[in-house]
Amino acid sequence: MSSEPKISCEDVHLAFGPKQVLRGVDLAVDPGESLVIIGGSGSGKSVLIKTVLGITRPDKGVVAVDGEDIVGASARLRNTVNAKIGMLFQGGALFDSLPVWENVGFGLIQSGAMDRQQARVKAIDTLARVGLDEHVSTLLPVELSGGMQKRVALARAIADEPEIIFFDEPTTGLDPIMSDVINKLIVECVRDLGATAVTITHDMRSARTIADKVAMIYEGRIIWIGGVKDLDAPDHEMVDQFVHGRAEGPIQMAVRR
Amino acid sequence: MNPLASIGAVVLAFFTATGRVAIFAGRALYHVVTPPMHFRQMLRQLVDVGYYSLPVVALTTLFSGMVLALQSYTGFARFSAEGAVASVVVLSMTRELAPVLAGLMVAGRVGAAMAAEIGTMRVTEQIDALSTLSTNPMKYLVAPRIIAGVLTLPLLVLVGDIIGVMGGYLVGVYRLDFNPSAYVQQTWAFVETLDVMSGLVKAAVFGFIVTLMGCYHGYNSRGGAQGVGIATTNAVVSSAILILVANYVLTESFFNK
Repeated sequence: MSSEPKISCEDVHLAFGPKQVLRGVDLAVDPGESLVIIGGSGSGKSVLIKTVLGITRPDKGVVAVDGEDIVGASARLRNTVNAKIGMLFQGGALFDSLPVWENVGFGLIQSGAMDRQQARVKAIDTLARVGLDEHVSTLLPVELSGGMQKRVALARAIADEPEIIFFDEPTTGLDPIMSDVINKLIVECVRDLGATAVTITHDMRSARTIADKVAMIYEGRIIWIGGVKDLDAPDHEMVDQFVHGRAEGPIQMAVRR
Repeated sequence: MNPLASIGAVVLAFFTATGRVAIFAGRALYHVVTPPMHFRQMLRQLVDVGYYSLPVVALTTLFSGMVLALQSYTGFARFSAEGAVASVVVLSMTRELAPVLAGLMVAGRVGAAMAAEIGTMRVTEQIDALSTLSTNPMKYLVAPRIIAGVLTLPLLVLVGDIIGVMGGYLVGVYRLDFNPSAYVQQTWAFVETLDVMSGLVKAAVFGFIVTLMGCYHGYNSRGGAQGVGIATTNAVVSSAILILVANYVLTESFFNK
């Protein structure tokens, strides 16, 4: 049985001025699959996700969601596609001026799916799902710890029950225990929603917890895709070096000696 | 470097920046006149730009009116023309000082705050988050600020006109021993509708300039805290220069004989 990929990228190129960030990315994510993209800093991971979200536009190539090419799509199609997507940003990207509940219910209110009162009830319900009490809902993001902010950001990403969720380095800056809590919440939420998930991370523990499938991006290209079980003994030198965190190997960091 | 190339680079950079500002202004105006409107945001901006700028505009115009009365008195005394003080105060305040001073003060207070707030939202990915939550950032962030600037600055200037004239009256009557009723009579005799209206039109244009520059520099800020600092400085400096240039152009068009 062959099903259409939920997300597909074909030969995606993108440059910022003279800097070529994506150099022909080919990738397909099946419905309900959890793909983790690993890769070094500056390898193009975040840019790839932002390209699917329509925040950056590729110079060349096809980016499709549910088989529909979204490169240069009309605002209406873009909104329809974005309504299917939830995103957890690396730094949380919570709106400083709004209380927690309004952050979580923001998409529901703005899309017109719910009025403010209904959105507030839904937000409190979603906060409970990520382990946060109702009293947190009236606080401002600045009054929360880093771990709580990540949970609120996760609640915002899943509040309108998206079909696709992107997680951009969800455990960066968290202690190991909080990282594990966030990883487990991600797995639970994705499973409960039946969503397709794409996660970017450097954290191999996260990758092992969250992923069904792992892809490695290097210098703007996907150089390896495999199952999470293949991570311990990948058939690729660069992936092996990255997964085991060795300074010696084919990937050379630009360090002045 | 070839001096001609340096001059060419400066000219090209100027026209590039002008083009970018013009495109940004066009997009902003499109979102100002097309639904949906974010009334909650607009209300917040009306209060921020208008109500909270009232004390600073009131103090500036009060003391400007007082100084103007003193200076014109000492200057005109040389020609035995002290009687012109009231008319000089009212014409200067309504035509020039109230709109320009209010514009510059609001540029310092509101333009800087807008650039800093939107710039911080840019570097912390909050603007990207808006896009993923069914919200157009231009419509949500920029349009309400521009509407607030264009609507509230004329009101601030109207209040500034009254307070500035009152400042002149206080100095004229209590310091320079003018007859109170003669001072008021002379003020009314010389002021015309065009004097006040030209000041209000200038104020609306300055409100547009201040909010446009604040939003433009904030929206396009890059590179963390330093980038936000640069955006804030650029917003204030460019607003101040454009206000002074626009003031000359508008004065020419209103009072060209």
